[in-house]
Amino acid sequence: MADSRGSAAPKPSSSVKLVLLGESAVGKSSLVLRFVNNDFQENKEPTIGAAFLTQKCNLPTRTIKFEIWDTAGQERFASLAPMYYRNAQSALVVYDLTKPTSLTKAKHWVAELQRQASPGIVIALVGNKLDLTNETSSSTGASANFAGSEDAAGESEENHAEADADADADDEETHDARKISTAEGKAYADEEGLLFFETSAKTGTNVTDVFTAIANAIPEHTLKGGRGAAAAAQGALGARGDADPSRVNLNGPRKDVGAKEGCAC
Amino acid sequence: MEESKESQKESGQAGNGQPSPESSKPRTPEQEARIPGNGGNGSSGTNVEGREEAQDNALVAETISRTVHSKDSSEIDRESSAETPPPLPPRPVNLESTDAQNTLHLSGKQARPKLQSHPTTAVSLTDISTQVNNEGIRETYPSTTGGLTSPLSVASQFNNRFGSPKSSETEDTASIKSYVPTLETGGDVESLLGEVLGNGQQDPAWRFMTAQGENQNAADELLPEDAAFEKDFQKEFKELEAINAEGTNEEAVLDAWTSRMKHFLILSAAGKPIYSRHGDDNITSGYIGIIQTIISFYQNADDTLKSFTAGDVKFVVLSKTSLYLVAISRLGESDGQLRAQLEALYMQILSTLTLPRLQTIFSNRPSSDLRRPLSGTEPLLSALADTFTRGSPPTLLSALECLRLRKSHRQVIDQTLLKTRTENLLYGLIVAGGRLVSVVRPKKHSLHPSDLQLIFNMLFETEGVKTAGGENWIPLCLPGFNNTGFLYMYVSFLSAKEDENEDESQRPSTSSSFNKEEEVAVLLISPKKESFYEMQQMRDDVVEQLQKNGSMDLIKAAVRRGRPHVTDVVPGTVLRHFLYKSKANVQFAMPSFEPHFKGLVARRKLLSIYHTLHANVHSKISHLKVHYCVSRDSISLAWTTPLFELYCVAGPSASRGALAQSANKVVQWARKEEERIFIIGGAVF
Ligand SMILES: Nc1nc2c(ncn2[C@@H]2O[C@H](COP(=O)(O)OP(=O)(O)OP(=O)(O)O)[C@@H](O)[C@H]2O)c(=O)[nH]1
Ligand SMILES: [Mg+2]
Repeated sequence: MADSRGSAAPKPSSSVKLVLLGESAVGKSSLVLRFVNNDFQENKEPTIGAAFLTQKCNLPTRTIKFEIWDTAGQERFASLAPMYYRNAQSALVVYDLTKPTSLTKAKHWVAELQRQASPGIVIALVGNKLDLTNETSSSTGASANFAGSEDAAGESEENHAEADADADADDEETHDARKISTAEGKAYADEEGLLFFETSAKTGTNVTDVFTAIANAIPEHTLKGGRGAAAAAQGALGARGDADPSRVNLNGPRKDVGAKEGCAC
Repeated sequence: MEESKESQKESGQAGNGQPSPESSKPRTPEQEARIPGNGGNGSSGTNVEGREEAQDNALVAETISRTVHSKDSSEIDRESSAETPPPLPPRPVNLESTDAQNTLHLSGKQARPKLQSHPTTAVSLTDISTQVNNEGIRETYPSTTGGLTSPLSVASQFNNRFGSPKSSETEDTASIKSYVPTLETGGDVESLLGEVLGNGQQDPAWRFMTAQGENQNAADELLPEDAAFEKDFQKEFKELEAINAEGTNEEAVLDAWTSRMKHFLILSAAGKPIYSRHGDDNITSGYIGIIQTIISFYQNADDTLKSFTAGDVKFVVLSKTSLYLVAISRLGESDGQLRAQLEALYMQILSTLTLPRLQTIFSNRPSSDLRRPLSGTEPLLSALADTFTRGSPPTLLSALECLRLRKSHRQVIDQTLLKTRTENLLYGLIVAGGRLVSVVRPKKHSLHPSDLQLIFNMLFETEGVKTAGGENWIPLCLPGFNNTGFLYMYVSFLSAKEDENEDESQRPSTSSSFNKEEEVAVLLISPKKESFYEMQQMRDDVVEQLQKNGSMDLIKAAVRRGRPHVTDVVPGTVLRHFLYKSKANVQFAMPSFEPHFKGLVARRKLLSIYHTLHANVHSKISHLKVHYCVSRDSISLAWTTPLFELYCVAGPSASRGALAQSANKVVQWARKEEERIFIIGGAVF
């Protein structure tokens, strides 16, 4: 179906290079797996090095092809990260809602990106494993509100405070492992001008939304004149010359993805 | 070669009348363990090449008598105990012998049954010292062989060298040392006599595996044994629970820990835990402490503890670069085989860190915690460990397995790799169904099997890369190639879908559901960190070319065909399985495990036979070229020449002659097929 959509409308298509960063085990690979394959695995093993995937995202007016670098969060790979983010147009900085240190790590990544990545980089801060918090039960989209909605965020934060308060008293409704409140993440994201989402790779909550929001947030001009960006992006890992995302280029870095799994955007 | 083989075969047949294991079924343990050679059962020395037979036997005799004398009284204990079957008192912690660390004390077999149930709990310092020099694993030696038996059993240990604290009994130390060669010889001798797996026969699981049960009523016992071993062995790979906060399950967890058949532990020289296959720190820390104490005890005496045996449990220690790697196994491997497994784990650590980094870490701070720098390596270590526990022909043989292809077909693939090779490529590999299809490499660098083992382990035995989907860019050190620096490996799995895809520009699918056995992967290794896109381009070119020239279909067809059944290799053969290793090519070929060795347990059992054969023909004294083993449920043969090693296993009712004949046929097949089953030369630039 994505196929038909894709082929029926020869919309302009552009590549967007996206890098995922974040502490090990926060769920970067799981988010990608959900986005690309609509799949989830319990006990996913740590990524070694980095994985490169592509996925199309159909926007109303154009098609975005994400070229995704899913990096390994283990400390020993950290020195390789610049290679992946250097010319990225977007970044997903992920933390685990149930693990405070992971937000600290995320903040480090954000700072590093702001210092060293392309100036126009679109960064989304993503708190993952929402299913382990109390929002889980209401997979009915309460969480979808988080996407940029301050109200929703505030609201849910209240819920959390409540849940936390109850925690000791009522053991049964408290599978709430949340350690980082929505407000905290949101406040930091606002401060730094980041997109903000809380997601669950496990249930799929909000996952596509993150990518769609990024696709929408990439300034049109970087896409058009923005071959520059895409081409430069190649530079980091060994230039393949004239990367022109908008036409089929045999030497191009990435040829078009078979549109099979176009994202639901 | 061929010739001597023939003669040998004949002598075998003539000699042994009818070692039809069938007829010898319901018998005493001794008989089962034995070769038709000794004890009323048949010929002697049947596994030696005909001409050498007499000579070897003489050697045997000599060895034996020397060995006998060398043994102290404990030997005799053992001997007599060998006649009295199992039910013995709990492992006699023989305090007297505790101080006599240098004597070859062989604890009575009585001790065994107890040991089994709690093998690892034996690791208390006292117990260990008692057992330190206990090489006499083979207590169950056939008593029917009379005087010969016990020396032989002692002799059965290979490469078993214990350091002995120089402090004590110089005399004993000296004697132990001087007997080492004897022991090794004995190993051969014994195998020569055809005893199969001698170690730890008291372990029911072991008995099952070796099919050498001591029960009078073998037929009745077999099933329960199968079941027990199967149950134990299946549990082997389950993760242990953690000890809960209240500690209420502590005992159960410890029990589970000690009942694992195989442990791998890695600790730093300073005693910091680094890795354990089973159990978390709560469980292992005590043991780690003990092990470290024992090792350093020897070290303080300027000696190196390499291995020791406690009951049916073998401990092997490898010290490397401020690390101790320890294998604890009840599966009956030889010291050398366990050591090779530890080497592989060490290689994995180097692969993560490189040697200079490892050295720096410990020279800066001997008490460093290596877990952090190694983080993420644990699944790789565990995958290796489990591969070894399941039994792995490539590891046993230190050789690679290739996908069988016509020579001309492989040449086309080689040429394709050469044509598409890019500037920064070091090694390029195509792998299908876990087997090597083609390699492109620089003239001066061959591919080290141990490096390939690490790569295959990462790709096929762990999920990290495979399920990452897409393409991967992996920094790794290949210690066999160069242990001081990193290389970068581009990995792309081509899914089965790919060829149906009209859109040839499709990136590799991320589907994680396709069958591992059918995966085709392109691996491109470069010394250059930033050459991902270059390698990606090469991958695209290679795949496109292979699709165009039809090679991709041939590869996929070959993978789908799978390994031939053994009867396809040798029609009508009695063989159930074989391993053929070409020494020059460092590669091996084998038939399908089906239909005889379906499933984990059957496979482990087969691999145990191979381990024994391998140990026997690889002991220090290498005059043994042909070696038979007979057991209740198999007859097997190892045959080594400067060109190849062949290991074959047939059912128990097969005759030695038929086995030998089939072995010859396999060798003929391998010669005829050499250019198909092996990569010879490969694509070199
Ligand atoms: N409950 C829950 N578990 C999740 C979620 N996302 C990931 N996980 C689990 O968390 C673990 C780590 O996930 P990964 O996706 O491998 O984490 P990663 O960030 O890629 O880790 P590295 O590759 O080491 O950097 C796995 O066991 C996942 O199954 C989620 O949304 N909810
Ligand atoms: Mg990952």
